[in-house]
Amino acid sequence: MAISQVQSAEQDAQLDIARRVARRHAADRRLRLYGLTAILLALGLLALLVASLIATGHHAFVQTEVALEVHIDPEEIDPATPDRGNYRDIVRSGFAALFDEPIPQADERAVYEMLSNGAQYILRDRVVADPALIGQRLTLALPLSDPFDQFYKGTIPRDVPEEQRRVNDLQIGYFDQLVETGAVSAPFNWGLFFNADSRFPELAGLAGAIMGSFYALLVCFLISFPTGVAAAIYLEEFAPKNRWTDLIEVNVNNLAAVPSVVFGLLGLAVFLNFFGLPRSAPLVGGMVLSLMTLPTIIIATRAALKAVPPSIREAAFGIGASRQQVVWHHVLPLAVPGILTGTIIGLAQALGETAPLLLIGMNAFITSASGGIMEPATALPTQIFLWADSPERGFVSRTSAAILVLLGFLVTMNAIAVILRKKFERRW
Amino acid sequence: MSQAEAVADNRTPKMIGRKVNVFYSGTQALFDVDLDISAHQVTALIGPSGCGKSTFLRCLNRMNDVIDGCRVEGDITLDGEDVYHRGLDVVQLRARVGMVFQKPNPFPKSIYDNIAYGPRIHGMARGKEQLDRIVEQSLRRAGLWEEAKDRLDQPGTGLSGGQQQRLCIARAIAVNPEVVLMDEPCSALDPIATARIEELIDELRQDYTIVIVTHSMQQAARVSQRTAFFHLGVLVETGDTDHIFTNPRDQRTQDYITGRFG
Repeated sequence: MAISQVQSAEQDAQLDIARRVARRHAADRRLRLYGLTAILLALGLLALLVASLIATGHHAFVQTEVALEVHIDPEEIDPATPDRGNYRDIVRSGFAALFDEPIPQADERAVYEMLSNGAQYILRDRVVADPALIGQRLTLALPLSDPFDQFYKGTIPRDVPEEQRRVNDLQIGYFDQLVETGAVSAPFNWGLFFNADSRFPELAGLAGAIMGSFYALLVCFLISFPTGVAAAIYLEEFAPKNRWTDLIEVNVNNLAAVPSVVFGLLGLAVFLNFFGLPRSAPLVGGMVLSLMTLPTIIIATRAALKAVPPSIREAAFGIGASRQQVVWHHVLPLAVPGILTGTIIGLAQALGETAPLLLIGMNAFITSASGGIMEPATALPTQIFLWADSPERGFVSRTSAAILVLLGFLVTMNAIAVILRKKFERRW
Repeated sequence: MSQAEAVADNRTPKMIGRKVNVFYSGTQALFDVDLDISAHQVTALIGPSGCGKSTFLRCLNRMNDVIDGCRVEGDITLDGEDVYHRGLDVVQLRARVGMVFQKPNPFPKSIYDNIAYGPRIHGMARGKEQLDRIVEQSLRRAGLWEEAKDRLDQPGTGLSGGQQQRLCIARAIAVNPEVVLMDEPCSALDPIATARIEELIDELRQDYTIVIVTHSMQQAARVSQRTAFFHLGVLVETGDTDHIFTNPRDQRTQDYITGRFG
């Protein structure tokens, strides 16, 4: 009796342990499941974003063109002044020649609407660049206007009632003839990268925005990298730990949390109104962005310096290195990967920043790529903002395409950060 | 070294500490420590954890300067010169009083650069050949030359723990210091590596004055000629090692070396 009681108590104890083990394992599994769900959710949302961007944006990566032959008539174009002349008629007659029958006077307007408004300027620029073309025949591909670009890509369907689409039945008739001749094609849209902004979606490109962003980031880097790294080195390696340095640390951390639009207002008040620097210039944009990047770089650099093991500092001090030698020879080289990563992440953040640039006027409509840090320019995010605001059909897909380009730059920068970190990483 | 010379050296201590008090942001860590470090001898500082032996060691080459909120009072002299004198350059001091740390801490550089770094920053070598000679000599003295001579360009961090510690000793003696401070140099090592370091310490005594902090009383008994026992920030007893271990004057020393606390 007593023995069986002892046995059953032992069994109970074992069962209890088994139950607890089972519960603990279940809790582990649950926790893992929560984490996995969260990651899948995040990845799913990201995939959704990119997919929707690609769905609307992929149209902008091709551009519908028509190949036509023009005769650059010396009667129309004076070789002395090749920039003036009736290029519109030259282009139009070349276009009309693509059709089998002459176009009735009544239909002319409808037919010529198919060509981009900018087509004549493309021809003009070719001729200005090479006046020897005058008097010759020239075959070139010219962009179609936005509605026909969209029609060819299928974003304007045929089965929509005529009054609800921007291409009417008459134009569709002519357009179908044109397609049959084989003159219409949709090659890769290099213009998206090499054209500056334009009122006409078929001509609008990101060159101005890319150059503007490049110059702004260059200025931002030149200001915030040396300043940020120097500030972090001083705070981490030289400054005494007292109330003042604590105050500075708190302020730097707070600065990182200030909404970017506030920096924009500051830039507007100080750089533009007080110092009188040019409006819309990448110089000012870069200066404003550097205010934002500075705290990021300081914090990242301090973290990188802190991560260098104290034993390395002690070793260097122990053989009689001065503070400056300890920092330059031992601490900084080990902190470089962290500093570079922080800097690139800070710059990537600055690249995507819109609000401060709007306030200093870097959302101007500028039809030529920026020539320098003092010339007016747009930046990639402000260009997206501008295009998103435009009503034309073509700008919808161009907005998505521009976002994809911006994301491409961001991914590239982050990849460079990862590669640099891997390359310079040293173990101890 | 003959017995007579050792006695002569005993009479003129290399370093002298008088009424040394150390405070860490208000808390006192050392109380009126008076200690002489004899030249060409190994002085062991022993005592339980937190007794101030490492703190005293770090006063000798002013490594405490690096610690925020640390204040040192009293006099410490090296060959009669005040170590804490305002006009004294701490870099010069640390070149004369080198240090080896508890955990081997080679720089993440090649073995060669680890040794050459000190001579380079102190401008001790004119040209490559001289630097090569210093590196070889230091490695030989640290008993690492045979193991390292074919891999001088490989990272010092790739060596084993014991080799790393000998590399750190080689690095410390490469700048030709007069005193070498060792802060528990064997506590991270296995017994075989420890034995090698202990042999090395005994050889180095010929050329350098050595102060070693150790947790192990056996080690103190094996390597040192003089021993100082610290307890709660006070220097309890100091004297010849043989004497301290066989015939301590103070009850606390007696209790510690017989393992009653610590």
